[in-house]
Amino acid sequence: MTENAITMRGVNKYYGGFHALVDVDLTVRRGERIVICGPSGSGKSTLIRTINQLEPIESGSIVVDGVELKAGGDNVAKIRRDVGMVFQSFNLFPHMTVLENCMLAPMKTRKVTRAEAEATARQYLDRVKIPEQAEKYPAQLSGGQQQRVAIARALCMKPRIMLFDEPTSALDPEMVNEVLETMIDLARDGMTMLCVTHEMEFARAVADRVIFMDKGVIVEENAPNEFFGNPQNERLQTFLGQIA
Amino acid sequence: MIREFSASDILFIASAARWTLILSAIAFLGGAIGGLGIALARTSGGTLLRRVAAGFIQIFQGTPLLMQLFLVYFGLAVVGLPINPLLAAAVALTFHASAYLGEIWRGAIEAVPSGQTEASMALSLSYTDRMRHVVLPQAMRLAVAPTVGFLVQLIKGTSLASIIGFTELTRAGQIINNATFKPFLVFGTVAALYFILCWPLSLLARRLEARMRRAVTR
Repeated sequence: MTENAITMRGVNKYYGGFHALVDVDLTVRRGERIVICGPSGSGKSTLIRTINQLEPIESGSIVVDGVELKAGGDNVAKIRRDVGMVFQSFNLFPHMTVLENCMLAPMKTRKVTRAEAEATARQYLDRVKIPEQAEKYPAQLSGGQQQRVAIARALCMKPRIMLFDEPTSALDPEMVNEVLETMIDLARDGMTMLCVTHEMEFARAVADRVIFMDKGVIVEENAPNEFFGNPQNERLQTFLGQIA
Repeated sequence: MIREFSASDILFIASAARWTLILSAIAFLGGAIGGLGIALARTSGGTLLRRVAAGFIQIFQGTPLLMQLFLVYFGLAVVGLPINPLLAAAVALTFHASAYLGEIWRGAIEAVPSGQTEASMALSLSYTDRMRHVVLPQAMRLAVAPTVGFLVQLIKGTSLASIIGFTELTRAGQIINNATFKPFLVFGTVAALYFILCWPLSLLARRLEARMRRAVTR
């Protein structure tokens, strides 16, 4: 067991001519909760999407749980099994019930039995407080409920790391809290979490470190108190002024 | 010798309709298998695979079905196979259906939101599981109406097989017309039989399309 959950060294990512990530170095310890914020187009979503290789990188290295992420090979599949992801737009499978959404990946990639997958799925649906919705289809649920299903679906893989890509940005305001509460509950449990979010209350409540990105560069990182109370970088000061 | 157009002639034509149906079924099933392969190749990550599939589609969409029938019919002899109208028509129509269904299904696969693929990849699902359990079931719903619509085109397209001497509905009509010389009556009967085969499918396609539209707007 290595000490670090994620180690990124000199990571560069381009979209055509656009330099999306510029020499990014980031180390995440096991059990650490990190919030990443920054203006749109700053590369924050791209950053967490490189960790499970939804975005391949051009140079640098990423080691997740002691496994080096390289194009091809079995490493990517292994890392994806151990890294859960929650998306802004939920991305639930609309043709499957909530329960089936939660059971598919464990049965196919972890090779657990149907009964075992169902028991796990019900356990996590219970944990995100929607056990009674198990037989419904995603379209029958509210946005907040759908996002909680998405969290449960990721947890059913028993991941060691969870990535959240703006999980509350697509939600109506009254549904934001139910999702944040689920995430806070998860954080208290010691899950290693990387969250791209603009929910600064959430950052204050659970983050060990807050990271500010701009133009593909990690500009500032600090504990929440220092980050919000005493921001050093001028761009961060402007940013905090805008979202306050 | 010109004789009267009688009930037995109608029966002869109607019974030839089964060859139209058999030929349509072979072409549709063959085209479904070929079309799925082409749609998957067109949406795959491999550049060469994508290009080959695109070339196949362009060749078969860019040439008349009649020429394809001729080329396969006379091509059988070139590769040393016996000249057999049913075999030639089945092969040519299968290629034809593969190209068109491949293109319809490619569009349906690409219409499934990319978030579905991303979520599947984030859950570590393999390409096969991702296609089989996530992408294709959703693409299928989008593809049902245009696929049934194409089946109607295909049934009508089988009439060209009459030109290479395969006795299906149209050729049966020609044979009867040569004996009775009542072209309007004979081909009217033939057309009516095509209509009876195709109309319910057209209705089905329209209804599926309407259901699809409701499902999307909901």
